[in-house]
Amino acid sequence: MTRYLELQLVEQAIITLAAMILVTSFALLGQSRVVATIRTFAWQGWLLALTTALVAWDIGHPHLYVSALLTAILKGALIPWLLTRQARQLGILRDVDSIVRPGITLLIASALVVFCYSVALPIGQLVEGVTRDVVAISLANVMLGMFMLVIRRKAVTQVVGFMALENGIFFAAVAATQGMPMVVELGVAFDVLVAVVLFGVIFFHIRESIESLDVDALNRLSEGEK
Amino acid sequence: MKVVEWLFALLQMAVFVAAAPLFSAWIKRVKCWLQNRRSPPLNQPYKDLRRLFSKQVLLAHTASALFRTAPYLVFGATVIAAAVVPLIALELPTARIADAIVLVGLFGLGRFFLALAGLDVGTSFGGMGASREMTVGALAEPAMLMVIFALAMVAGSTNLSTVIQSMLAQGLALRPSLLFALLALLLVGIAETGRVPVDNPATHLELTMIHEAMILEYTGRQLALMEWAAQLKLMIYGVLVCNLFFPWGIAQTLDVASLLIAGVLLCIKLIILGAVLAVAESLIAKMRFFKAPVFLAVAFTLALVGMLSFVMLESAS
Repeated sequence: MTRYLELQLVEQAIITLAAMILVTSFALLGQSRVVATIRTFAWQGWLLALTTALVAWDIGHPHLYVSALLTAILKGALIPWLLTRQARQLGILRDVDSIVRPGITLLIASALVVFCYSVALPIGQLVEGVTRDVVAISLANVMLGMFMLVIRRKAVTQVVGFMALENGIFFAAVAATQGMPMVVELGVAFDVLVAVVLFGVIFFHIRESIESLDVDALNRLSEGEK
Repeated sequence: MKVVEWLFALLQMAVFVAAAPLFSAWIKRVKCWLQNRRSPPLNQPYKDLRRLFSKQVLLAHTASALFRTAPYLVFGATVIAAAVVPLIALELPTARIADAIVLVGLFGLGRFFLALAGLDVGTSFGGMGASREMTVGALAEPAMLMVIFALAMVAGSTNLSTVIQSMLAQGLALRPSLLFALLALLLVGIAETGRVPVDNPATHLELTMIHEAMILEYTGRQLALMEWAAQLKLMIYGVLVCNLFFPWGIAQTLDVASLLIAGVLLCIKLIILGAVLAVAESLIAKMRFFKAPVFLAVAFTLALVGMLSFVMLESAS
């Protein structure tokens, strides 16, 4: 306990921001409106960018500033804007993608966080510096993003879940290995951007073929049964 | 020295109880300013209480003994809760009576009798109010306990006085666990004291009222005690937020100078907190009752993440 108090303010801020990113992941799970989900995702992007910038400042890796800038532009602004625009074109911006059992969802999510903590304990031993404890949080973000992919039924919110999962992977890279090589990072960033554009095209195709973005409807084979 | 400590503890409790209507009046005054209305004077709640105490008590034909004793039990439980919470001094003998978990229990006791009294007369409003109060309470209590557990993990104790001392000892630190515990405590406090997004304390005219629906049948001094208990509960939550998370200035020794400083600082903190609460209440509309569980689930999640982040981020050696 005394050890935490000996950290510098920047390092305490990094840890606090990491915890706030975890809260946004919980919020993503709990949001039912499409527009609120996208907005929460944008918040997560900004927090992630801020955390990366602080880590860059703390350990003195200038290339992390570039990653932070990329994160802020792509995940804080561009991708939420693209998703909002697509949702508006599809007329589903104000739709509700309700969570079926919020209580159980919350408990499973907490259990996932505890699980990630126990899994990440040995990994943390290998990491030097302040981000050692943050590895568990980033892993929890990956798991919560995956959980969101599982429980959501609308295609748009599932894409947000996928993006949150990618946020978690990026965060893990920052926390565990002080960021990936620049080439990889640039590649992933543009892959994600292209993915969002492609998802947009797929949204339109899904809606044309089943007249809904509710992916549960994809479970039925409609040709013969109707 | 022992006698002096006890005397001071009783005096502090009396100040706590006496100042509670003032805190409510201050919140009302700021709300009036924000809404461009003329506010009632700050001593208006005292005048109301005096008026109610001097009025005759009218009882419904169906009222039982429980209905008559409930105000005293509710007020008594809330006063004991006020005695447990450190107001301006630490290490008082009353702080050793009970810890934070018993504090939640005392609130639970008060709520139990409040709900029973609401049901007792048999009016539909009373029953509706009691049902809603228990719904909110059943969701608020676990969240409140989670906040206490998060604090207890940081401080290593559930005794409020000890928790505050460990907060003082650690100085200024940015801790995620405390940040989320504070946010969760604010949300729980709003729900438990029936403030705006959950319940509207200012009106008897809404079908969605919770607290007012339960005490609708009370008159005279019994109504006065019920209202005073509600004001005291609000004050307790305000003092909890101020003293647990911003304890700087609280008196650690019983000398006049430090007590004066502690009193003045606490007044400033409560004035700021009351203003923040009033601004928040003016900005937010009352939500549908069925949204209240979501509101409290957010509080529970925040407290839970606070606890988890203490274990995951702050306790490594």
